[in-house]
Amino acid sequence: MGAVADDRNTPELDARVGFEKLATYPFLIVNWVDDAGYPVSAAVDATVDAPGLTATFAPPAGLTVPTDRPVSLTGSHIRPQPGYGYDERRHVTVWGRAMATAATTPANGRVTLSGQTAWGWDETEVPFFEYSERSLPQSRRYFDALSAERGTPVKPKLSFGSLTLRTTRLPFLTATIIPVVLGILIAASHGAFDLVSAALTVIGASFVQLGLNVANDVFDTVQGADDANVTPTKFSGGSRVIQYGLVSLRQMAGLATVFYVLAGIIGLILLATRGSTALLVIGVVGFIVSLGYTAPPLKFVYRGLGEIAVALGFGPMMLLGAYVVQTRGALSWEPFVASIPVALLVALILYVNEIPDRRGDARAGKRTLPVRFSPGAVIGGYNAAATAAYIALVIGVVAGILPVPTLLMLLTIPLARRVSRGLAPNYDNPYGLMAIMGENVQLHLIAGLLLLAAYAIVIVAGAVAPGVDLFLG
Amino acid sequence: MATMPTPVAELLGKALVAELTVVDAKGRPVTYPLIPLYDGDHVYMTSSTLFSRKLQHIDANAKVSVSITDPVSVGGRTDRATIQGDARVIAEDPHGGWERLLPIWEAKEPSIVFFLKQRVALPLFFERALIEITPRRVLYWSDGSTQNAPEITSLTEEAA
Repeated sequence: MGAVADDRNTPELDARVGFEKLATYPFLIVNWVDDAGYPVSAAVDATVDAPGLTATFAPPAGLTVPTDRPVSLTGSHIRPQPGYGYDERRHVTVWGRAMATAATTPANGRVTLSGQTAWGWDETEVPFFEYSERSLPQSRRYFDALSAERGTPVKPKLSFGSLTLRTTRLPFLTATIIPVVLGILIAASHGAFDLVSAALTVIGASFVQLGLNVANDVFDTVQGADDANVTPTKFSGGSRVIQYGLVSLRQMAGLATVFYVLAGIIGLILLATRGSTALLVIGVVGFIVSLGYTAPPLKFVYRGLGEIAVALGFGPMMLLGAYVVQTRGALSWEPFVASIPVALLVALILYVNEIPDRRGDARAGKRTLPVRFSPGAVIGGYNAAATAAYIALVIGVVAGILPVPTLLMLLTIPLARRVSRGLAPNYDNPYGLMAIMGENVQLHLIAGLLLLAAYAIVIVAGAVAPGVDLFLG
Repeated sequence: MATMPTPVAELLGKALVAELTVVDAKGRPVTYPLIPLYDGDHVYMTSSTLFSRKLQHIDANAKVSVSITDPVSVGGRTDRATIQGDARVIAEDPHGGWERLLPIWEAKEPSIVFFLKQRVALPLFFERALIEITPRRVLYWSDGSTQNAPEITSLTEEAA
């Protein structure tokens, strides 16, 4: 293995802070290296003088605490949780030199440790997941050293299924499937439906999003945003496969290219078979928005335009694109208006997911909206956009553009309110915010499914009761 | 060759956490709280590659100690022990080599099996090396008070 590095996963503590922490433990452990070269550890009751940077204790009987070499005092704590394991992990060590204050005999002697350096970890101060992320460089060094020792690359691994899931962020495909299927159903409600092209549209659009997801990791890594982020969650901070050494940057770039090429091939097939100027324009603009989301020179998300790019891409473009494939280019206000709430809710996924990333993003120059604005303004923005989504829906129905059953989406208002109420108390707690981010993703999904259900009702009603008008006005 | 004193073996079997102390390049003792896993011959500990500096220390200097000091981690027992020994790092298969100790680990931390199933969420935590410690000398404080001299048991001659 390679040489021992000097840096630590958590910052070295100031010696005084180390002593202050030591003073909170019910007993301490004194450690030194004996003449045979083995560490010796023994529990002691110590009196800590943090301002004086000293701790005094009776030396363990029958053992000699050396004064000619480093000695440390350690405090360590866990809380057992039967059936689970334990929690409340914390430990601290202070290193220094020991001095005999009288004689180093158990009868009357005391030993004073004069501390110089300290180090420790308290999971209430640095959560375990953040501690792990801060330790990534150590893991990289370990694998590099192991590779050098063996003369062959040694890398961390995941099963193929797990790696695929993680690399592509497959579960987030709902962001594509909802608007695309909605566009197809609206077209079907207008009497235009072709199964093969519908299936190709879903697959092609999914490849666009997979390309976007992977390219996003590539460009965020190149521009330093993902490396600067030490508080990623399952919803934010990228897939981390490059940071974890699971997939190389080159492999990810290749994968993004493959996804975009596959999307392009399907797009060309659709253009050739169901082509229209509208589809061509949507396809080209969609590709530019997708790649330009993080890629230079556009870098929409770095300029605070990520939400608009996502709203456009996963709202009108996906929905209208799917619609015009079915109608062979015929446009209508209905899919556009239906796309507005979908667009706003999908943009809010990104918006909330950027909250825990904001410190790392700021360090990497990624000027997202949560980086630019105060927590109050960001939460106000969430409320405004969510409200706008429901208002757009109601206006669409009242104006007779959207069918009445789409009002089913209003059932998600309590969920939107729950997300809104969860933002402020968890704003500075990435791991507490995870549940809220999950609910926010569900908000988009459930709202989308209710819109799909609404159009299924419209189609069925049109088939069984053609005389029933589901539109107002 | 003496065997591990029974009370110390019991402590190792019960302890949710012990303090592994290694020696760094500057000759300093560096202490890490870890779960001790005892199979009757060796004390095992595992280390994620994320927190692998201790492995580098052990590779450079195999002499280590394992202390069990906290009554809370051993169900209220008040006796204490420090085991000095020689450690070796087993890193042939960081991905799965350590899993042979999973049954002993699970007995102390049942949630580890759940987390292992969620490996995709924190893959590097489960890229781990084994630390195998051959005990050489045991210091045992039967009443837990280090103001009384420990009973010392030499288990074998020290490694050359």
